Formats: sequence, C-alpha cells, structure tokens
Amino acid sequence: MSEVLLQLEGVHTHIGPYHILHGVDCAIPAGGLTVLLGRNGAGKTTTLRTIMGLWQASSGRIRFDGLDISKAPTPDIARAGIAYVPESMAIFTDLTVRENIVLAARSGPVDSGRLDWMLGLFPALKRFWNLPAGNLSGGQKQMLAIARAIAEPRRLLLVDEPTKGLAPVMVRSMIEAFRALKAAGETILLVEQNFYAASALGDHVLVMDDGRIAHSGAMSDLVADPVLQQRLLGLSLDAHQ
Amino acid sequence: MTARSALSAAATQPRPTGMMSRLLSSDMPRSRALSAILIVIVAGLAATPFLFSGSQPLSTAAKICVFIALVASYDLLLGYTGIVSFAHTMFFGIGGYGVAIALERLGPTWISVAIGLAVALVLSAVLAVAIGLLSLRVRAIFFSMITLAVASAAAVLASQMSTVTGGEDGLSFQLPPQLRPAFRLLLEPIFGVTINGRVLAYYLVFFAALAIFLALLRIVNSPFGRVLQAIRENEFRAEALGYRVVAYRTAASVISALAATVAGAMLALWLRYNGPDTTLSFSIMIDILLMVVIGGMGTLYGAVIGATLFVLAQSYLQVLMGAASSGLSGIPFLPDLVHPDRWLLWLGALFIISVYAFPGGIVGYLRKRQSA
Amino acid sequence: MTDIATNAADTAELPRARTDWLPLLLVPALALLALPFIGNPSSWVTLTVAGLAMGMMIFLMASGLTLVFGLMDIINFGHGVFISLGAYATLIVLGPLAAWGQADSLGLNLALMGLCILVAMALTAAVGAVFERVIVRPVYGSHLKQILVTMGGLIVTEQAIHAIWGASPIPIALPASLRGAYVLGDIVMERYRVFAVVIGLVVFAGMELLLNRTRIGLLIRAGVENPEMVEALGYRIRRLFVSVFVAGSALAGLGGVMWAFYRQTLTAGMGMEVMVLVFIVIIIGGLGSVGGCFVGSLLVALVANYVGFLAPKLALISNILVMALVLVWRPQGLFPVARR
Repeated sequence: MSEVLLQLEGVHTHIGPYHILHGVDCAIPAGGLTVLLGRNGAGKTTTLRTIMGLWQASSGRIRFDGLDISKAPTPDIARAGIAYVPESMAIFTDLTVRENIVLAARSGPVDSGRLDWMLGLFPALKRFWNLPAGNLSGGQKQMLAIARAIAEPRRLLLVDEPTKGLAPVMVRSMIEAFRALKAAGETILLVEQNFYAASALGDHVLVMDDGRIAHSGAMSDLVADPVLQQRLLGLSLDAHQ
Repeated sequence: MTARSALSAAATQPRPTGMMSRLLSSDMPRSRALSAILIVIVAGLAATPFLFSGSQPLSTAAKICVFIALVASYDLLLGYTGIVSFAHTMFFGIGGYGVAIALERLGPTWISVAIGLAVALVLSAVLAVAIGLLSLRVRAIFFSMITLAVASAAAVLASQMSTVTGGEDGLSFQLPPQLRPAFRLLLEPIFGVTINGRVLAYYLVFFAALAIFLALLRIVNSPFGRVLQAIRENEFRAEALGYRVVAYRTAASVISALAATVAGAMLALWLRYNGPDTTLSFSIMIDILLMVVIGGMGTLYGAVIGATLFVLAQSYLQVLMGAASSGLSGIPFLPDLVHPDRWLLWLGALFIISVYAFPGGIVGYLRKRQSA
Repeated sequence: MTDIATNAADTAELPRARTDWLPLLLVPALALLALPFIGNPSSWVTLTVAGLAMGMMIFLMASGLTLVFGLMDIINFGHGVFISLGAYATLIVLGPLAAWGQADSLGLNLALMGLCILVAMALTAAVGAVFERVIVRPVYGSHLKQILVTMGGLIVTEQAIHAIWGASPIPIALPASLRGAYVLGDIVMERYRVFAVVIGLVVFAGMELLLNRTRIGLLIRAGVENPEMVEALGYRIRRLFVSVFVAGSALAGLGGVMWAFYRQTLTAGMGMEVMVLVFIVIIIGGLGSVGGCFVGSLLVALVANYVGFLAPKLALISNILVMALVLVWRPQGLFPVARR
C-alpha cells in the first residue's frame, strides 16, 4: 500500500446522548478511491463529518498527512486540503452556479484551465452558469456539489452518497465523472450504498458496522469473494446488478 | 432537571406525607435555607398588618403578594413550558381594567367586582387562545416577537380608548364598602390593630395570591405539568410520544393568562386605581423577567423569592443606594452608578449573571448547596 | 472527457424563472389602493412620503437584525439599545457643534448630519462588538437563553444611557436646511422625510451591491442558507458573523440617528418602542432576508401612515393585522430563505 494520507485511530464520536462511532481505525492511502460501505446507521456519514470537524471526536486521533486534525475547527481542516460533499449536497440555492463555484475557490479566481476541465466533466453546469442553483435538478445539484469540491486543487475529497436518489442513467454518468477524477490523480473517500457503483470505482474498500471498521482491503478481493460479501454486507453482487 | 429525572426522582424518593406536603403538592422546597426563607416570607406577609404600622409596609406587602402570583404564573410559561411571552402584562392589565371599569361604571359593589373579573377572565382566555393559534403557523422564535407586538398594541389601545379606560391617567374608583378604610370588622382592635377595610383588602389580596400559588404548584406537579416539562426538554420526543404539543402549550398559556388576570384584579382592588403604568407597561414586563430569573426559573418558589426581593429592593434599596451615592460624591461618575435611580442597572447585571451562571436562580443555588 | 449533459433526463429540465415578483408588487399596489380612500392627492403624496421615510428608517434598524438571525440563528432582543445609543450619540456631536446646525449653510448642516451619523455608527459598532462578545457569544444554541440574556443586555445598556445622559427626555434640533418642506403646488413634502428616503435608498442599494457583487456578500448569503457548508469550504464563519453583528449594530445606530431627528426628542426607551415595528417587519419579510426586510418595512410604515390618517385609533393594530394577513398567506414570511 502506498503512503497513508489520512489515518483514524480509535475515533469515538457522540452526538448528544448517542454514541455513534465506537473506535474507528482506518488508513486512507494517497491516490486512488477508497469506498466506505456499510448498512444504514453503521456510522459512515458520522465518520465523514467527524473527519471534517463538523462533529467533534470525543476521543481518538485523526491525522491528515501527519498533521493532527482531531481537534481542529472545520475551516482549518478545509484549508489543510480536504473537501467535503455532504449527502444533502448543501448547494447554496440562492446563489448562482457561478457564485457557488466562486465561493468554493477560496484563494481567488479559478484558473481557466481548471474551469474548462470542470465544465468538461459537468457540461450541464455551463448552461445554468448564471442561474440560481436552486433551479438545478437533483443530479445537476450533485454535479455542482462535486465541482465545488474540485474548484481548487485539494488533496482529499470526502463524498457522501453521490448516487443516492439518481436515475440509473445519471448514476452511470456519475461513475464516469469519478473515473475521470481518479484519472486526474485525486484521492477520494466515497461513501456509497450502491454496490454496483462502489465496485465499479473502488480501489480500496472499508466496511463499517455498528460504528467500527469491520473490514478493510482491496476492492477487487471483495468483488471476487461472494462469501465475504454475504458476511459483510448481507448481499451478493448479482443481486444488485 | 429533565422531565424524566423529575419523574424518577418522584418515584424513588419516599413521598413526604402530611398536610404541609398535600398543600404543596409534594413539591417541597428541598433546601433547609430555602424553607427557612420561605417561612419567613409567608409568615411576614401573613402578619404584616400586625408587625408594622403605617400604610407603606402594608402597601409593599400587598405588592409582593400580587407579584408572587403574577411571577409564579409567568414561571409556568417560562420555566415549565420554555415559552418566552411578552404579553403577560397584557393579561395583568386586563384583570386590572376589568375590575376598574366595572367598579367605576356599575358602582362599588361585590357584584361589579365579580362581573369585571369574569369578563376579564373570558377576554384573557380568548386572547391567549388566539395568540396560541396565530403562532401555531409560525416558528417558535416568532412567538416571543408576536407576543411583544400584541402586548404593545394592547397598551396603545388602552391609552387611546380613554373614554373607557381613562387613557394615560387611568381609572380611580370606589371599592365595595367592606374594603374601605372606614369599615370596621370588629369594634375592638386585635393586638392593638384595628381590623378595618384596608386590612380586609390586604387579606383578600394575600389569600388570593396564596390560592393562585398553591393552585399553580398543584398544576406543575400534576401529569399535565410533567408533560409540559417533557415538551420543554424535547419537543419532538414529546410529540412522538403522542402528546399534542400545541394543545399543551396553548393550555399552559391560558392558565398562566388567567392567573395573571386575577393578579391584576387584586392589584387594582388594592390600589383603588388602574392605569397603564401600574399593570400594562413594558417596564413591568421587564420587572417580571427579572424576578422570575433571579428567583429561579422552573421552581415556582423562585417567584416568591424573586418577587419579594425585587419589591423590597424597589422600595428600600434605593434608600440605601442614595446613602452610598452621597457618600461617594466628589468622585467622578461613581456616584452616578450607585445613584438610587440606577438600581435597575445592577439588577440587570445580576440578571445576566443569573442566566449564565445560575440558571436555577437563587432557589437553584440554595438547592444545589443543600445537595452538595 | 465524458459529456454527461447528452442524456435526455438532463436536457429535459429547463430552468424556471424563480424571481418572486408578487411581494414586490405589494408596495405600489398598497399605495394605489390607498389613493381612492384618502381622496385628496396632495394628502396622499404627503402620507406616502412620510410612510416611505419611516419605512426606510425601520429598514435601517431591521436589516442587521435579520441578517444576524439568518447567519447564526441568534435573535437579539436587545437590538433596540443600538437604536437608542445611536440617537444619543448625536448629543456628542450636537453639544460642541450646535452652531453648525443653526448656520444657514447647507454644507455645514449636512456636515453636521454626516458627523452625527459617523459618530453614532462608530459608537454602536464598538458597543455591538462588546455586546456580541459578552452577552451573545456564551448562549449560542439556546433561543430561550438568548432572549433572556439579550433582554438583560437591553436593561443594562438602557440604564447606562440613563446614567450618562440622564433619564429625562432630551430635545434635539434639526439642522436648519432640513427643516420645513418642499412645496410643489398643492403637494407638501417635508424635507427631512425626503432626506430620510434618500439615505434609506442609498443604504439599501449599498447593501444589495455588497450582497450581490462582493465575495463577502456571497459569503453572507451562503452563510444564511447553510453556515456549516460555508465552514466546510474553509471560511471562518465566526469572524463573518461578528462582522455582520457589528455592521448590523452600526446600521441600527444610523437608524437611531435618523429616528432621533425625526422625533426630535431622545428617550432611552425609544429603541425598544420602535423594536415592536422592527420585529413585525422581520416576521413579515422572512427571517434572514434583506429584500423581504425592505419590502416589509415599507409595507408596515405605509399602512401605519394611511391607517393613521383614515382611522387614527387603529394605527398600531393595523400592523398586527398586516402581520397576521401576511402570515396566513405565507407562514414563513414574504421571502422565506431556504434553509437546511
């Protein structure tokens, strides 16, 4: 395995009276796409939010490229180079598509090469460029959310269920987009319930259960092992294709 | 204390029995110091006509009684239900005006008092329900703003309808004969005190306040009161458990409004006068807030402590500060800060500190000390 | 590169026009509706100008409050003291420079107004910063405590005004060239009201420019909608919030100056009195919306002036009625801000 970019050690997270993460240990290698799988309520979203500092870990350590970010405020974590696409997408509906992108590029105007690349990935955004983002469809909002995350070079993208609620044709488009991002060398941690999308994209896989990492390994191994799938996810690849 | 822990505390503690406990709905002061202070206050209020001579102490005591009832009824909303209403003085004023207008128009009889109070109670109940229903449609935070707007509109209305309300001047009126100073209940003085109509009026106020307080104590310790506290702690959970939050909140508003109305009527009877400044003004609303927070929200006993402390401070602290102010004369600015008119400045600061550091106010502090 | 836009599901979706014109039409519609009831066009003009002037002043006082709420979910019931403080700050200038106001020189008069505004905004901004730090910051997340503690701040600051400037009302004089009225035939427009309308329009235009054309403005608008995501993009929203709080306090101070010269009398409670209208405006406009705040201010002030002319006793009740009607129509206010 290549160099570790993000490392979680014994991370516990409480939300109000509820204990959600029970000691998460994992390592995300630099480069490639790691898929975080698991049932509803296993703690995937909480893991992403804890990394992002949106919920504070009550104990344990989160290291990003050697830097301890477990207690860092969210803006500092973002500035360290982590981008976050929440499940709700959190598009600013009142702002135009352009303004959404402008805000995401914190350090100044997006350079034209990058902009062309982004709009090449998501051409729909170009057509709605000066319209309020609230006008976009669900799939287009998802594209904007991802475009916002890559408006500037970042070192790690946290993406929470980008295919949720999308039509099958849009899911395939989304998979293509992520392939392109991988090809561009981005490091991505992707929460995904859709095993078809997950297996198509993942280099590495983490499986969560009950607030812990239950399995960690190469995606290809999991895809090749129906018994392991059955045990970890209670499903087989065939059933979901 | 959460509703759940309140329930379990009630279940695990042996229920105190006896008459006192029944009277207090098993909600005992739970602090020796607090019990002692409460006994002193209640005994002092009960015996004021016999302890002090002159009209000033009796007036102060009557005002304390009225404000205990008023603040306790506000605590039902703020402390037990978690609603911030600024319309409480409106209901207080409706009570005052109800009695004042009836006595002025219909003559000084007990029938007039009854009619005035009854009309005032009905009006208060209707308004409380109306405000509750209007704020149903909007976010909870709007409730406070809406009550503020409605209360200020009511105050303007009262001062503009001068043919009925006497406008800014208010209304002075005659009391039924039994409450006038010339009336003698007994020919002979008791313990050297003549039991005249003034003393009777005082005891009317005293017992009305006592009855309101004990009734509120009963309400907050009833299953209804427990649901209110559960709503305060977690609205969504209460809703999920099948309680109709809006209905409970509206009911609490109505009960609180009715109690405030009676308190307003009592104040008018005592003063033989009602006007915007005695019952309706925004500054009285601020006073109520100060009393309930400094005394202790969500305890009811806090109302007793807060009202007593506040009214005493209003009447006597200024004298002390006057002395301090003249003692500091010569130093720039300092005398201004302890000027008798600046007592609200210090109570305001105490109020802020209370909200931060002692959310349970004086009562909460005394109870914590007891259990520590 | 993959072209995602080629699929049918995507191209079928065309953007709908989302600009919501209906509430914007309310103000002219109301003014036109009032004309036949008032009958006399010159009275109508006078009332309309008075209403617009009052509306602009309310807008100044309310705009900061609504943004603070939108950004941080903080409701400041003590906002009224910034209005009072701004009003009293005029005394700092009027004391030594009263002669400028009496001088028969438009330049000196306007310079005096400008200085009053500057000093008032500086003072309220400074007090706002302290208020935010001491009163508001410790009680994030609890509306109940916010209401209580900001009321406490209101009490203390009002009392401090009493301690500094005394408790009795203080009369102040309008600069000479802002007294009197412009007369065009039958139509009489008080100069100060026209001045207030101009100031209000300038501030509104400035705010719209700031919110729509600058990065800070984008951040504020984005923050009102989703503060968490703004943080996740790497912006420190706390700092943004403090700036908005301070700016909102300064705007209230400006509103206080305008209001003070309008009433020509200072009382410590004047801010809290007008807060009733401010709250109604905020509820009508939709919490967090500057545009809604502007429309709501004009609506409330015009209704108050028309009704005050037609049926004086109903003036304040009319605002409650307007609020109730708007809430029945749109429970979230005229321009509800989309939120999490």
